[in-house]
Amino acid sequence: MIDRETVEHVAHLARLKVTDEEISRFTGQLSQILEHMEKMKALDVNHVPPTFHVLEEMVNVMRGDTRREPLSQEDALNMAPDPAPPYFRVPKVIELGVDQ
Amino acid sequence: MSLCDLTVHEVLDLIKSGEVSAKEVRESVLARIEKVESRVCSYITMTPELDSDGAFHGLPLALKDNICTRGVRTTCGSRILEHFVPPYDATVVTRLKAQGIGIVGKTNMDEFAMGSSCENSAFFPTRNPWDLDRVPGGSSGGSAAAVAAGEAMWALGSDTGGSVRQPASFCGVVGLKPTYGRVSRYGLVAFASSLDQIGPITRDVLDSAILLSVIAGHDPLDSTSAPVPVPDYVQDVRRDVKGLKVGLVREYLGQGTEDGVRSCILKAVEVLTDLGAHVEEVSLPHTAYALDAYYLIAPAEASSNLARYDGVKYGYRAEGAVGLLDMYQRTRREGFGEEVKRRIMLGTYALSSGYYDAYYLRAQKVRTLIRMDFQKAFSEYDVLLGPTAPTVAFRAGERTSDPLSMYLSDVCTIPINLAGIPAVSIPCGFSGGLPVGLQIIGKPFSEAIILRAAYAFESSTDHHKNRPALTGEGGEA
Repeated sequence: MIDRETVEHVAHLARLKVTDEEISRFTGQLSQILEHMEKMKALDVNHVPPTFHVLEEMVNVMRGDTRREPLSQEDALNMAPDPAPPYFRVPKVIELGVDQ
Repeated sequence: MSLCDLTVHEVLDLIKSGEVSAKEVRESVLARIEKVESRVCSYITMTPELDSDGAFHGLPLALKDNICTRGVRTTCGSRILEHFVPPYDATVVTRLKAQGIGIVGKTNMDEFAMGSSCENSAFFPTRNPWDLDRVPGGSSGGSAAAVAAGEAMWALGSDTGGSVRQPASFCGVVGLKPTYGRVSRYGLVAFASSLDQIGPITRDVLDSAILLSVIAGHDPLDSTSAPVPVPDYVQDVRRDVKGLKVGLVREYLGQGTEDGVRSCILKAVEVLTDLGAHVEEVSLPHTAYALDAYYLIAPAEASSNLARYDGVKYGYRAEGAVGLLDMYQRTRREGFGEEVKRRIMLGTYALSSGYYDAYYLRAQKVRTLIRMDFQKAFSEYDVLLGPTAPTVAFRAGERTSDPLSMYLSDVCTIPINLAGIPAVSIPCGFSGGLPVGLQIIGKPFSEAIILRAAYAFESSTDHHKNRPALTGEGGEA
């Protein structure tokens, strides 16, 4: 249904580090869940439009182009794990051998 | 019974007539928390300094910990937000404060509202006040347990696939999921944005109507909040149900529904019939596909919403990472629990290249079929009936190792979220000493009608008056 390689690939897309043991567990559990979902494929949905949201009558909700008080820089940085006002600091982006 | 076991409208009457003071009610709730919280474990954070101004005299409300409170930490039951203190209030919180409703604490929940038992909290499990060996349901288990145990007069939860109604059912209280768009989601930490809705958890239907009146209505800060007028729920609730056309959903009483639950629902049908409602069986033929559609759509939306937890702007950041990508991956690995990771994986897979059409898009089409089932049923009936959950509260630990069995406990509540319609769970009896919930489902924006049917049922029964024996004050199961 879903193999270890796919699980590893999906974990990378989701930016989750997973151990070998977790890959085995997720492979088994996701296979079981996806197998349960196979019966959905019996339904003919070719001519059925998708429902992405239920508020049919609401399209492109706009607000007035007026100034509002924004979140202050202090408040925005207050909860950051490593703030360097007025910036958020992160580890080096370019590091040899880290990115694939 | 103590004051904290009464309903909000009962204590408001007593306060008005001068028989008790609001302070006595608040102190009664705090005393109950002192007495039972170590066993029930409803709260993650206590905020007992209650202001007494306003129409509701600071009457204590328990707030699910995925609803933002300015200056009070909001964890979502997750390590990744363990120390997160929001810089703003959710719109519902602003509305509670404006009416003088006091927030007594932030309640425990399954991490990011993903779960049906409160066992997925990163901190501790909450227990069911009716039987401490059983789960309170989830994900709003802390809110439901707090109301059932007298640790709050009322509560708010959030409902993405049944997270208000199922714990209300398990804990013997009233839980309402409003129509999608009825209540602002501004400040509700997003799980699945097309399904999430905040709803009241209360001891009876009138309290539910009162609390819905406080939180319902359009909010310019939430672009999915509907500009639909808010009726007077408290007035409407008292009208009778003579001639009301009621459909009993056949599929919700099918395979997997316990006998004790089924017999309570059938007795409830008799009560409503005696009150003058016309009850007939109705079929929602695509019900069997709802669970599958939900467990693709909700994880897909969640995987996108939870991409924001990257250890940069707020929340947990892993130590010792080499470079940015490593920091992201370690942070998310250490910050998220097992079920959250499982759903992120499932959702990412369903949205990934090559699988999108087969899974995600197909699920959204099945969602249309489920909505059409309801539209057809509502062309003939005013409200639909069924159980809230196929079983009573299950034992702690019973389903934690089998995710699919846990998902199946939401089989009667999930279709309602997919269709975006309102539903309320009310106590309708006991099976083996544990509460059973009756679910009443309505058309979009017909909260007044489902509450009216619920109130009529409640007014001619006593199930909602039972309190768990845990409190040692004469409650009995």
